[in-house]
Amino acid sequence: MTTTREPGSDLPLQKQERVVIRFAGDSGDGMQITGNQFTSTSAAVGNDLATLPDFPAEIRAPAGTRPGVSGFQLCFSSIDIHTPGDNPDVLVAMNPAALVVNIADLKIGGVVIANTGNFTAKDLKKARVEVNPLEDGSLEGYRVIKVDINKRVTEALDGSTLSTKEVQRCKNFYTLGLMYWLYSRPLEPTEEWLRKKFAKRGELAEANITAMRAGFAAGDIHEMFQGRFEVPAAELAPGTYRKIMGNQALALGLISGAELAGLKAFLGSYPITPASSILEVMASFKRHGVVTFQAEDEIAAICAAIGASFTGSLGMTTTSGPGVALKGEAMGLGVCVELPLVIVNVQRGGPSTGLPTKTEQADLLQALFGRNGEAPIPVLAVCSPSDAFDCAIEACRIAVEYMTPVILLSDGYIANGAEPWRLPDIDGLPRFEARFEKPREKGNSRLMPYSRDERSSRPWALPGTAGTEHRVGGLEKEHLSGEISYDAENHEFMILKRQEKVMGIRASIPTPEIRGPRSGDLLILGWGSTYGTIIDAAERCARTGTEGSTLHLRHLWPLPEGLDEIFDRFKAILIPEINLGQLARVLRGEYPHHNFISFPKVQGRPFLSTEIVEKVTDILER
Amino acid sequence: MTETNPLTKKDFKSDQEVRWCPGCGDYAILNAVQAVCARMGIAREDTVFVSGIGCSSRFPYYMSTFGFHTIHGRAPAIATGIKTANPELSVWIVTGDGDGLSIGGNHLAHILRRNVDVNILLFNNQIYGLTKGQYSPTSPVGRRTKTSPMGSIDRPFNPISFALGCNATFVARTYDSNLKHMERTFEAAARHKGASFVEIYQNCVIFNDGCFEDVVDKKVRDDRMIDLVPGEPMIYGKQREKGIKVEGFETNVTGADDASVWDPTLSSSAPAFTMSMMDENPGHPNPVGVFRAVSAPSYDEVSASQVAEAITESGAGTIRDLVYAGETWEVS
Repeated sequence: MTTTREPGSDLPLQKQERVVIRFAGDSGDGMQITGNQFTSTSAAVGNDLATLPDFPAEIRAPAGTRPGVSGFQLCFSSIDIHTPGDNPDVLVAMNPAALVVNIADLKIGGVVIANTGNFTAKDLKKARVEVNPLEDGSLEGYRVIKVDINKRVTEALDGSTLSTKEVQRCKNFYTLGLMYWLYSRPLEPTEEWLRKKFAKRGELAEANITAMRAGFAAGDIHEMFQGRFEVPAAELAPGTYRKIMGNQALALGLISGAELAGLKAFLGSYPITPASSILEVMASFKRHGVVTFQAEDEIAAICAAIGASFTGSLGMTTTSGPGVALKGEAMGLGVCVELPLVIVNVQRGGPSTGLPTKTEQADLLQALFGRNGEAPIPVLAVCSPSDAFDCAIEACRIAVEYMTPVILLSDGYIANGAEPWRLPDIDGLPRFEARFEKPREKGNSRLMPYSRDERSSRPWALPGTAGTEHRVGGLEKEHLSGEISYDAENHEFMILKRQEKVMGIRASIPTPEIRGPRSGDLLILGWGSTYGTIIDAAERCARTGTEGSTLHLRHLWPLPEGLDEIFDRFKAILIPEINLGQLARVLRGEYPHHNFISFPKVQGRPFLSTEIVEKVTDILER
Repeated sequence: MTETNPLTKKDFKSDQEVRWCPGCGDYAILNAVQAVCARMGIAREDTVFVSGIGCSSRFPYYMSTFGFHTIHGRAPAIATGIKTANPELSVWIVTGDGDGLSIGGNHLAHILRRNVDVNILLFNNQIYGLTKGQYSPTSPVGRRTKTSPMGSIDRPFNPISFALGCNATFVARTYDSNLKHMERTFEAAARHKGASFVEIYQNCVIFNDGCFEDVVDKKVRDDRMIDLVPGEPMIYGKQREKGIKVEGFETNVTGADDASVWDPTLSSSAPAFTMSMMDENPGHPNPVGVFRAVSAPSYDEVSASQVAEAITESGAGTIRDLVYAGETWEVS
């Protein structure tokens, strides 16, 4: 190989601390792949990162239309970050629909990279745009870079054996190459990935690689940009890292949780957006002894999991809000038969079918109260993609130690979002070995299936264990013997026992730590996926001299000890939630003497940090 | 299996007082099941009875085995979890016409299609008993009940045709007034590997008394009922003088000598389907016995073998393998 001038080497290289890019195109344009590849490469060069995919519920809405726009936003940085960023610095728009749907979010002065090949009169019509926005002056204030990607890809792949359609499908890799050039990223990780993905169709791998290299080279040759950028590696805590998506981490956590309890994992599930990929991931880990059962419906999914727990597996079921609604009766059965069970709700926009691919936190009250009768179930919430691993293990621990169903809440934002995950020390993970009843000889005292241990948990006696035969079911049970009982006093006793058991979980959970000053005018309190945004907002407040204390709840029921004392130290407690104030409502009931300010937003997407900063400023100035 | 002495019927009786109405057909069914359990010699601790909601669903409380009285219609789903998680267990489902074919119809269809190795006993009394007398999905058109004062307008399910339509691998029918026939049928079901479906004509003395009398009554049954015995000619009648001859998708009543030999092991379920609806033809008897018995891999068996195969091929996984995977990088 001869030494040649590295493309772009004479252009200035500018250091940037953090950059937000949004790739937007038609749902058939491969924007999710492009975004994911950019993310993986950024992880490999050591950036901290956070992602936010945003795709339509329709698999393929009519091409070129606004409902068909699929987006992928990522923030990569040389500093510790917590969110995919409020407003993109760069918007890649593969067609007019992608441009008009996303332009309002772009930072003033931001860069638009538009594929002019898809801005014909026909394309404009599909996007319901009358005048070409690239020509009508509406993009004034942005730096617009026009590239006919369709044409460039055709040129780059001139002489290829692929069909015209297949050639055009390489457009996203041309775009990716261009962005790699702009942000000085290596091409090798993606080249390797393409060769693996298209192992059986090498010509497709090579075509995409050629397109990507052409995009990379174009950045220099065509002098579209005045300079290139560099985002140096972030100073992350020492350790081994991998990029992880929320649902993937959750699946790994569920499998690990079962293993830490010494149990086989049994997942009963019915595919539902945005939870399906947990079932897909778990189905691929059979060598870990995981049994997955794709049920005929949501009810069968949870029922099979309960059946598996009856035999000594750790039963689990994964779903989203509409699925939880269907599982309600079986969850009550789980409460009655007091068997371990983990119910995962990856929340999406509701009510009813709602917004399947968008995020929301509006199932909290459903989780806490959505069953007939007095049916207490502990509830936890995941706060970030990598936190899903730890939370899933914690859910398994509570289920096994307390012989109870547990609800684990995640949401669409966490499910599809990715971040670097500092891998845990395996030996440091908690262990909570399940205990089973031993066989009993004839003449031994008989098993009391509803007797209780120090945690108020009942014994777990498995089919196959001689001398422990017993019957369970949804009818009220007599204390100790577990026989059917309609006795009035026994019923109340059992209701109180089940309640006492669940409230007793408090003894095993820590009081959450405050970030920032331990007392003051305002505490920002969150749960679930608002975590990153709240931290980001608090850090911004701190930089401008405004106090920003935050507290985040993982355990939502029972609530941890010590909250009352914490709330006492603040004049007001601001609760941003992607619902109409559900946690605020619960806390007002539990701790009536504090000043809770609900801050609701229910638009199917996460809060922006600036929205919280503004709210905080507003409250403190009042 | 710790039992060494041969088991008796008594070993399968629980200490619970049986609380069905006096004269209910369920007592005889319970007796027959306990006799078959003893005969099969499967230890109590390795046996699980699962039920839904309804009169029949109290069944598990009266067995000394493991039992799970679940929620309405969901017994097949819970049993699928039990059997798939532990294929070593002998799993029985007790359900009724409402529990199994109305609220739980979906689960029943799917457990049969998947061929989970369980034994399903569907107590058909053509009425909702526990809720005190409303028509069920097997009540005949015109049946007057509390919710059909002018007669039911629902076309009923034929449970046997339903099971065959789900491609069930073992399908049979018996009736509560013939202990021997029940025991023979239950034993054949229990010995079958895969999902076994048995419909039991069961009399409800309170809300639907005599609903099957025109078929099962001792005075008429020789002439009104035919027992389908695998490998034997289809003969019935007081003197065993009548027979059924199969011609294409038609059945004809003939003399005993012309009767066709019944074969429930054919891979096509079409002949069984024809048999299941035989009594809709005028002058034809009502069929009981074994409609279908074919072998196919059971769901639980294949599920377990996939896990075993994955472990053999790649070795048993550990948490470290799970976590320290994919593209990792070091930060020091």
